[in-house]
Amino acid sequence: MYFDHNATTPIAPEAAQVLSDALQTVQGNASSVHSGGQIARLQIENARRTIAASLGATPAELVFTSGGTESNNLAIFGLLRALPAGPKHVLASSIEHPSVLECFRRIASEGMAVDIVDPADLEGYIRPETVLVSVMQANNETGDIQPIEQIAALVRAHRAAGQAIWFHSDGVQAFGKTPVDLSRLEVDLYSISAHKIHGPKGIGALFVRKGTPLAPLLAGGRQERGRRAGTENVPASMAFACAVELCGDADRCPKLRDRFEAQVLGALDDTEINGRADARLPNTSNLMFRGVSAEALLIALDLKGMAVSTGSACSSGSIEPSHVLLAMGRTKEEANSSIRFSFGRYNTVEEIDALSDAVIVSVRQLRKRMPRENRLAAV
Amino acid sequence: MPQSDAPIAVAMSGGVDSSVVAGLLQREGLPVIGLTMQLWNQRRLPELVPATGATGRCCSLDDVYDARYVASVLGIPYYVVNFEERFEREVVQPFIDDYLQGRTPIPCTLCNNFIKFDQFLEMAGGVGAENIATGHYARVSFDETSGRYQMRKSIDPAKDQTYFLFGLTQAQLARTLFPLGGMRKPQVRELAKELGLPVAEKHDSQEICFVPNGDYAAFIDAYFRERGISRAETEGEVVDTEGRVLGHHAGTHHFTVGQRRGLGIARPEPLYVIQTDAASQRVVVGGNADLMRSSLVAKNVNWLSIEQPCGPIRVQVKIRNRHVAAEATLSALDDSRVEIRFDEPQRAVTPGQAAVFYDDDLVLGGGWIE
Repeated sequence: MYFDHNATTPIAPEAAQVLSDALQTVQGNASSVHSGGQIARLQIENARRTIAASLGATPAELVFTSGGTESNNLAIFGLLRALPAGPKHVLASSIEHPSVLECFRRIASEGMAVDIVDPADLEGYIRPETVLVSVMQANNETGDIQPIEQIAALVRAHRAAGQAIWFHSDGVQAFGKTPVDLSRLEVDLYSISAHKIHGPKGIGALFVRKGTPLAPLLAGGRQERGRRAGTENVPASMAFACAVELCGDADRCPKLRDRFEAQVLGALDDTEINGRADARLPNTSNLMFRGVSAEALLIALDLKGMAVSTGSACSSGSIEPSHVLLAMGRTKEEANSSIRFSFGRYNTVEEIDALSDAVIVSVRQLRKRMPRENRLAAV
Repeated sequence: MPQSDAPIAVAMSGGVDSSVVAGLLQREGLPVIGLTMQLWNQRRLPELVPATGATGRCCSLDDVYDARYVASVLGIPYYVVNFEERFEREVVQPFIDDYLQGRTPIPCTLCNNFIKFDQFLEMAGGVGAENIATGHYARVSFDETSGRYQMRKSIDPAKDQTYFLFGLTQAQLARTLFPLGGMRKPQVRELAKELGLPVAEKHDSQEICFVPNGDYAAFIDAYFRERGISRAETEGEVVDTEGRVLGHHAGTHHFTVGQRRGLGIARPEPLYVIQTDAASQRVVVGGNADLMRSSLVAKNVNWLSIEQPCGPIRVQVKIRNRHVAAEATLSALDDSRVEIRFDEPQRAVTPGQAAVFYDDDLVLGGGWIE
């Protein structure tokens, strides 16, 4: 049973069919002049239209990439590389995905002024030379939705006053789970990924609003309007479009998550939701079980055939405390007692009930090894 | 062997021994889970790693890769568990403190006491495994007469690890299996091949696992630099047993009792470190005869295979891992300290090392040399 959809999702059977068919029927290089190439071109442009339409964007504003990480890298480095030399400052929230944070750390190590701040404090950090603000739409670990409309308006106001400043939002977790309309939401750069919405791995896209400066990171071809060199992955783009079309209200339905939380929070004491109960993705539940080793709970659940996740895995595969939970003010002990459950389209009520049972039993067993007074003393 | 359906958690390091343990238990039809302990972040203290790569590094990605590969070959569930915080607190920091206090520590014993047979046991229990198994070379059996678990030396004297295991309690032994205690190393390698394990030819690890290339003094210096803490200088005088100054040294933590190298003093007869004195920052040197001791006091004694004896008993005592156990008489001083009087004086009795007491191959207990 799979409850780790914020890590990746199982591919939708329809999208898998499209991919498998296209691998055999769409063989051409979309940049070729001959008819085989033209068929491939037609297919990828159809896919681009479908995905752009779902975002409220124009097809020309969508650049296909290899996924969310590349989209974030392209947005950040691509913008900075396209800007004229001179003093610059960039700003990101402290709860960003590593594929954003690590870009900012690299920028800082190369000497540019960088601030990584609590999203609520962002406004005070914008300087006259700030050129980029990056804040995710929804957090991958807690599902917390960030006030990106306000941040976008703030950036627009600075730009209206003559400042050269752009706003990037990592929409990898939000896209498909919460409505997104880029014709109204004034972000300049917006990252999405296929495998988080039951599409294939290895493809994503970056929305680049018309007029936003962007230099390519890869050299060697004029593909994607000169913004991303490399032979287009046409079959994957088709399956991505299929997955986008399948995203419906079912993916925004909070019923399963709320059922799970009601069961678990009703049965266990010293258990809290990490994140904002009022503005969360409907599929994400990050729970802190005080005094329980999340590592042990994750393994115990996996041995029962239930996949969940915690923190972020380091290179060896062991777990380190989540930077997101620490940034939200959780202690190291609390972060190490937190598990992320993320639900998806194919989860059933029966699976949710089985998960609740398993979590309740496992947490009680783990707590039996650590009596409540020690648990509270350890905090 | 346990009879229940509960899985056995095998502590898998990626080496031959623990891989064979997992393979053997699984071949017996027992449910097995592989767990690798992440003890030290190998990205720390990068200055210690030469460009060519270090040997004997703890928790290297290669070792985790090997453990994971073995688990996949065996088809057993496998996880890496992060014990870095506890390891640093219970093993690395005491290791450093000991050196700076003029003692010569044994981190492997601390790791056994506080990590492998404590936090690991707890983690195993938490995931439903009441019993654990490790690749240690030691034998454990239950003695009906005394009602105690008893530990005996490995049948392979070259691999025996009981010196590092004297601190285990009855409760820990009750949940622990050492399937390799009755085997010799070549036999274990043969078994690895027979079981189709991809680590059959892998080298044994020898060094202290978290100290690259065995240079513990460089490790200590790098650790302090990383943490931005300035430590008290330990450099000082080299003196002879009469207190005459013979030279200077770069820091007491570079020296251990019995050491001959690195003194930088030329003498017709060989000079050895007799004592490192943290308080005066002096290193006392002398001839081989000055190193001989006929008794020692051990503290924080743990009685393993027997209860604390009432009167003096005859034992054989090992004062370091490579020491040939020496005949001695042991008398309890109080509930946690014992005095050992050797029949023949022993060379280089070193504070911080363990004195482990044996009756032939039976491990009676042990304590820390004062």
